Amino acid sequence: MSLTQPLSMPAAGTTKLSVDAVSMVFVRDGKSTHVLQDIDLEVSDGEFVCVLGPSGCGKSTLLNAMAGFLAPTSGEIKVDGEVVTKPDPRRIFVFQERGVFPWLTVEGNIGFGLFKLPRAERDARIAYYVKMVGLQGFEKTYPQELSGGMKQRLEVARALAVNPDMLFLDEPFGALDSITRLIMRAELLRIWEAERKTIIFVTHDIDEAVQLADRVVVMSARPATIQQIVDIDIPHPRDISSSRYLELRDGIFQQIGLAHKI
Amino acid sequence: MVDRLFLRRKDLIDGGEFAVKTNWRVQLRPIAFIAVLLLLWAVTVRRAPGHLLPGPWGVVGGVADLVRHGLLIKYVVASLFRVTWGFLLAVVLAIPLGLAIGWNRRAEMAVNPILQILRPISPLAWIPIAILWFGVGDLAAISLIFVGCFFPLMLTAINAVQNIPAVYVNAGRNFGLSSGGLVYRVLYPAVIPSLIVGLRITLGIAWLVVVAAEMIAVSSGLGFLIVDARNAGNRYDLVVAGMLIIGVIGLLLDLAMQSLEKVKSFRWGYSED
Amino acid sequence: MNTLSEPRPWERLFWPILATVLLLALWHYSVLWSGTKVFPSPREVEKGMGELVRHHVLWGDIADSLRRVAAGFGVAVLLGIPLGLVLGWYPAANQVVNPAMQILRPISPIAWIPVAIILFGVGDRAAVFLIFLGAFFPIVVACINGVSNVPSVFRRAGRNFGLTPTQRLAKVLLPAALPQILIGLRIALGIAWLVVVAAEMIAVDSGLGYLVIDSRNSGKRYDLVVAAILLIGVIGLILDAGFRRLEKLKSVRWGFRNES
Repeated sequence: MSLTQPLSMPAAGTTKLSVDAVSMVFVRDGKSTHVLQDIDLEVSDGEFVCVLGPSGCGKSTLLNAMAGFLAPTSGEIKVDGEVVTKPDPRRIFVFQERGVFPWLTVEGNIGFGLFKLPRAERDARIAYYVKMVGLQGFEKTYPQELSGGMKQRLEVARALAVNPDMLFLDEPFGALDSITRLIMRAELLRIWEAERKTIIFVTHDIDEAVQLADRVVVMSARPATIQQIVDIDIPHPRDISSSRYLELRDGIFQQIGLAHKI
Repeated sequence: MVDRLFLRRKDLIDGGEFAVKTNWRVQLRPIAFIAVLLLLWAVTVRRAPGHLLPGPWGVVGGVADLVRHGLLIKYVVASLFRVTWGFLLAVVLAIPLGLAIGWNRRAEMAVNPILQILRPISPLAWIPIAILWFGVGDLAAISLIFVGCFFPLMLTAINAVQNIPAVYVNAGRNFGLSSGGLVYRVLYPAVIPSLIVGLRITLGIAWLVVVAAEMIAVSSGLGFLIVDARNAGNRYDLVVAGMLIIGVIGLLLDLAMQSLEKVKSFRWGYSED
Repeated sequence: MNTLSEPRPWERLFWPILATVLLLALWHYSVLWSGTKVFPSPREVEKGMGELVRHHVLWGDIADSLRRVAAGFGVAVLLGIPLGLVLGWYPAANQVVNPAMQILRPISPIAWIPVAIILFGVGDRAAVFLIFLGAFFPIVVACINGVSNVPSVFRRAGRNFGLTPTQRLAKVLLPAALPQILIGLRIALGIAWLVVVAAEMIAVDSGLGYLVIDSRNSGKRYDLVVAAILLIGVIGLILDAGFRRLEKLKSVRWGFRNES
């Protein structure tokens, strides 16, 4: 695969999300900052895409725009053919564990988006997702009594409970220790394979991106453009010492310009 | 609908959701609001028959009156004088005491219940005792302000010490600071931000108390003005003029304290607005 | 801070009791040594309190004071919280109203007394109005601060899950702001208690504040004066402690760090 080729065709299947010539300029106190420059991207239904880049390069901004919290300065973002103008429960954004509501119990949090459902169905769904993320026994616990990893799982459960089409995750495991991070990655993959949502996952961790994604979108520094899109063609579960994994990983390392040896 | 309004503004401003743009038109709005209030006031007063309350113009006339008789400056100075003395006295006594007590857990345990009982007592309730000990006059008023400031300041100081993160103290010990060094180089700088906030709040309390104290115990000052203007001839224009001056000076005092918070070496204690 | 050794549980009672006993002793002996004929000793205050209780006057006065506080505080809550929430949510609105508030706020409720008397006459209503004034601004300010300090992640999550603005106000903003609102309510209640006593000393003729003034005026009964003062302190403390218990509820406790 040529390193200068900026685009790659999405995997077979319908296009879920399309980003079309999107640019983002912020104006503050008269100064304008170009955060995103001419981003083009297509994501298929059920794909797991990682957006990779160093901190501050604008990948969070892109994610926020995709989720409808920000409007692009130019260009369009479409989901299922419709232009995205505001946030929607079909596309849930997962923040780091600080997004969990501290005044609600685990049950309360997971049930937060389910206010339109009848009582019985709500309770059933809550119980299901409590089990899915492994928080049984903690239903009536408040977040301040949970560990960081548990809070993150709670947030994912809350997101999944409303059965969204898409999940946006913004460095969700950033506040966790590296061991918990490994566990959480496996959990996320397990959930993804069970429910096959379209997932867009922002990270600055190259290993994380290669371990999780079907495709890795490598962003340049600000003003951010898409430097490269890498297809990760290793089937799950991925062996992180396999030669293909290391090859892909090193390719990205080089792309970002990092030396191998520390 | 309002959502969209703010969504657009938010798009352009990095970070701050719902941030407000400032231009001259926007800065004019609060003034317009006050103007509307004044208008409402004037209209209500005119429509209520046989009343005693003045409208806005009446109040302006009242202020002019005070200035003409040289009373405005005299009364303001009198009130400020009492506030300064009472407040400073309380600061000088309560803060060191509070810091010392806060530092020692047992002392805090001993003193806390007493403080908690004395604190909710309105300074004015001490008036009979103040008059008993000091007679009617400046000293009584100052003592009331002192009492009103003493307890909040003590509690502020105690809280400030207790809230020093243990890491600071441990770092100080780690670097071999003596007890004195610990107090001077860790404790004192660490408590200053919360102390300043407490000082600002307590100054506000002092200003409230002086006005009340003057209505009862002395014969000069803004509080006295309010009572006197009413008693000696129902001069409600002077009453309301006095109230307004009280409000403005109270605000100025508060702003002065806020500017203290902005002094650079203290700013670390406050998160960016 | 000073970790000589961890204080043991019994010390929680020992030190305060010791300090109080010392204080009482100091008081007692000061009165003795200064030979004052007017200022009461602790013993006399105790007897005075017994007298108040026996004459049934006390309970009526306490009830009156509490009643006024309840009324004034209640109105302040009913008006102040919605206003504070709105101002907190729309910074534009806050920017318009704030300067007016900043001028009115430092005016002591006591300074409003002549105006209050004109508007409501001498009596209960004037006192309630003054209490309302005293409690209103702290409540509004606390609500504004509480709402504007809600982290944007919570607001975004509310929008993300498809809540209408009203639902967001009720299910996200309010619970998130509640700890700070509670603190504001507690402070406002403390202020209300201060104001009621002051108002009763000037503008009405019942209640604990009135008791203080009256005991002195009709007979220089300083023992009753001090007894009443201490009672004011104790009741104020009970009100404050009651509110602090609310702050311990789990759905709110997350908002407070180590409470002293």
